[in-house]
Amino acid sequence: MEYLTETWQILLVVLLLMLGYGFGRLAERRHYRSILRREEALGDLIVVCSKTLPEAAGAPATRLVMGSVVVSVDYFKRFVAHLRMLFGGRVHTYESLVDRARREALLRMQAEAKALGATMIFNARFETSSISKGQDKSVGSVEVLAYGTAVIP
Amino acid sequence: MITSTLEIVPGRTITQHLGIVQGSTVRAKNIGRDIAASLKNIVGGELKGYSELLGESRREAFERMVQQAEAKGANAVLNVRFTTSSVAQGASEILAYGSAVVVE
Repeated sequence: MEYLTETWQILLVVLLLMLGYGFGRLAERRHYRSILRREEALGDLIVVCSKTLPEAAGAPATRLVMGSVVVSVDYFKRFVAHLRMLFGGRVHTYESLVDRARREALLRMQAEAKALGATMIFNARFETSSISKGQDKSVGSVEVLAYGTAVIP
Repeated sequence: MITSTLEIVPGRTITQHLGIVQGSTVRAKNIGRDIAASLKNIVGGELKGYSELLGESRREAFERMVQQAEAKGANAVLNVRFTTSSVAQGASEILAYGSAVVVE
């Protein structure tokens, strides 16, 4: 009996790994495609980290804009990361997670600014926090917030 | 109320500094969203429920900061910053702060 339940547990983990790998890859690829498409569309809205406006800008209206997203990592990637943590080194599976989250947050901020008719965003900042670290049954996910000042001429 | 991450308001001068103002909120995620999120956690991707929850709480923190600035008699909050920290497992605190000023 005990042997049976153990077998089921292993099967469940394998199933989750396969699900995570398959759907996770699919979702990530779709997300990256959409990110690239929107980055091209919003490319003319310049985002800078400088605090001062150029003299030529005159006295435009300014508005605070922000964009945020919570992205979670899939089961397979989390498994790989756990293995990686035994040996140390780059955790590629998490790198793509935070990269996706940052770019998505930036895009949402740009979209908000664009809707206001802005041409530039000044003093843009990123802020990252982990909602939970993925212990036991909890959700391992990061939240990224991008915010800045939209300049509306 | 002008809010900005810049240190100035273009074309206007700051006449008075009224000190730091802040607004914060602590939110816990609810069970319904948690179940949906843990399913999503297997396949990865955006957790829309959490995105909304945090967006909502950030607006609230921001509103509180603006209210505090209004109470001080300011008409602008400059150099606004946001921070998020997890107070306990499953709950996060969102803080918005900036300097309240009077501009003309």
